[in-house]
Amino acid sequence: MKTKELKDKKMSIANLFKIALRAIAANKLRSFLTMLGIIIGVASVITMLAIGQGSKRSIQAQISEMGSNMIMVRPGQDKGPGGARQDADEMQTLKLKDYELLKTNAKYLAAISPSVNASGQFVRGNNNTPSTLYGISPDYLTIRQLKLDDGEMFTDEDVRVGAKVCVIGKTVADNLFPNGEDPIGQVVRFTTIPLRVVGVLESKGYNSFGMDQDDLVLAPYTTVMKRVLAVTYLEGINCSAVTEDMTDLAIEDIATLLRESHKLKATDEDNFTIRSQQEMAEMMNTTSDLMTTLLLCVACISLIVGGIGIMNIMYVSVTERTKEIGLRMSVGARGIDILSQFLIEAVMLSVTGGIIGVLFGVGASVAVNALAHWPVFIQPWSVILSFAVCTATGVFFGWYPAKKAAQLDPIEAIRYE
Amino acid sequence: MKKVIELINIKRNFQVGDEVVHALRGISFTICEGEFVTIMGTSGSGKSTLLNQLGCLDTPTSGEYLLDGVPVRRMKRRERAVLRNRKIGFVFQNYNLLPKTTAVENVELPLMYNSSVSARERTQRAIRALERVGLGSRLYHKSNQMSGGQMQRVAIARALVNDPAVILADEATGNLDTRTSFEILVLFQELHAEGRTIIFVTHNPEIAQYSSRNIVLRDGQIKEDKLNPHILSAADALAALPKPTDED
Ligand SMILES: Nc1ncnc2c1ncn2[C@@H]1O[C@H](COP(=O)(O)OP(=O)(O)OP(=O)(O)O)[C@@H](O)[C@H]1O
Ligand SMILES: [Mg+2]
Repeated sequence: MKTKELKDKKMSIANLFKIALRAIAANKLRSFLTMLGIIIGVASVITMLAIGQGSKRSIQAQISEMGSNMIMVRPGQDKGPGGARQDADEMQTLKLKDYELLKTNAKYLAAISPSVNASGQFVRGNNNTPSTLYGISPDYLTIRQLKLDDGEMFTDEDVRVGAKVCVIGKTVADNLFPNGEDPIGQVVRFTTIPLRVVGVLESKGYNSFGMDQDDLVLAPYTTVMKRVLAVTYLEGINCSAVTEDMTDLAIEDIATLLRESHKLKATDEDNFTIRSQQEMAEMMNTTSDLMTTLLLCVACISLIVGGIGIMNIMYVSVTERTKEIGLRMSVGARGIDILSQFLIEAVMLSVTGGIIGVLFGVGASVAVNALAHWPVFIQPWSVILSFAVCTATGVFFGWYPAKKAAQLDPIEAIRYE
Repeated sequence: MKKVIELINIKRNFQVGDEVVHALRGISFTICEGEFVTIMGTSGSGKSTLLNQLGCLDTPTSGEYLLDGVPVRRMKRRERAVLRNRKIGFVFQNYNLLPKTTAVENVELPLMYNSSVSARERTQRAIRALERVGLGSRLYHKSNQMSGGQMQRVAIARALVNDPAVILADEATGNLDTRTSFEILVLFQELHAEGRTIIFVTHNPEIAQYSSRNIVLRDGQIKEDKLNPHILSAADALAALPKPTDED
């Protein structure tokens, strides 16, 4: 007796699924429209999370690759992200002698390089490309963990005499030497200054902001300062601490030395900013977390709108299907059968919409990665989460219309026109 | 003869605003297995209200109704649904088929709500019922691809599929032309001949001649309840109808 009851129960659930499926199949367009909101909602949640997570991971990857012991010194007092920069005078507080002072006196540093840069057009024969010229010392390669693919880095001697030589990134090499010639020994022109290529950097690809890290040219800082820009100040000094643990000590030491050299009184504020790579990473992570949260909010709103879409169409369809409900009741459907049918329909639609949404979301993430070079990472939990949310949406928003359908009076329902 | 339906002083009042409408004012009759009863009466006389009582879609204000010996009045909504599912077959004036759904699926519908019938048996019974009403060649046609007469046959098959104690039809020929009406009537007479109990509500006094018993309502009361000693054959009447011309 007990087993028969169980079997009957199973069968009636199977029948209800079949009934719901038939009702969905009999109205494909309506079903599709119902799902559309959920599809868009789920797809956007997944894509947004993939973009957010992707940029976060790529920042982390970049930092560990760059070495977390990098320290950057910039002129002026940086008030943090969004803080206003000072006037031009304050931007000229870092001089070459500061670099020389740190190079000889600063402790805990493994490498140090000044930095001045200039943007402009690089020309070779008929080919030209816009890029950025960085004036640096050979130490820069160690600090940024760059490697040469071909040729050699310019030497300290080149720096001393201000030699007109450069090392170019992969993108610049490809643009200026499109036919695959060997760039080594060739001369490229930046404004009016000819620079002889002595090396080509190994490719690093795109960074987390979609920026091409191979689009750069390196030259001795002396050359850039004297021959290109004719300036005496630096845009920054990059160094790397001997080990990650020494970063804080190194920063303190640099600050003391610079304050001394700048003759700042004890009450004066620093007229330079020192940041470690770790700090930068944290800042970037905060920004990317904020972005992710914002994007997620937008995506969640669209998921809720999708849910309301389901409720709306279910609600209208209860009215539209009043006669059908009346008929079902007259042939013996109980209230609970009608309720279950509508609930199952709502859940089936939202789950199917969820599956399609997942596919679209993954597709969109891959497309964003391929087309905009944004790093993406699809986290399994984001898929599971959006799935759970859309099933819950189906039940939640399907409940009220289903309840309403189940409570219809069969006589009135079947007479309904 | 076995009593299928027993009504004892059934009353049904509707509250409309401050007014009470007495749709049924004490109806009593007994219908035995195998009877073909037509119920007639002017519009508003309470025919549909009575049929809703018989079909367990509604409960009477007072009186008792025994369906197959089971008292219905005190039953819960849920129990009445199950009772409809097992003991009653409805045929409506406007067919009431599920749209865009095949004939077989339409006929299967009552069995979908009966979990003791397996999927296999369900389809077999639906096909058998459709064959019985002469639609064996249209099993998988959708409801919107059929004529009125065919749709009403599907509806009759649906009413037969659960092997009900009684078939209830409300104006089942009301939307059909004369010829198709007679075809449907022939079908009902055949079912009657097979021993089925049929209650057929109609406006058309002619139809009473083809049934075994005729009940006339007036103002919620039985005005006349007569057995028909000379049941006419609907098949003969159909044959006597002028042949439909192609030019028509
Ligand atoms: N739900 C209801 N609420 C109020 N009054 C109702 C309701 N249903 C029926 N009535 C009333 O009961 C009376 C009988 O109605 P019923 O529908 O049974 O008539 P009928 O004989 O089927 O008429 P017709 O031949 O036009 O179909 C009518 O006066 C009608 O107004
Ligand atoms: Mg009526």
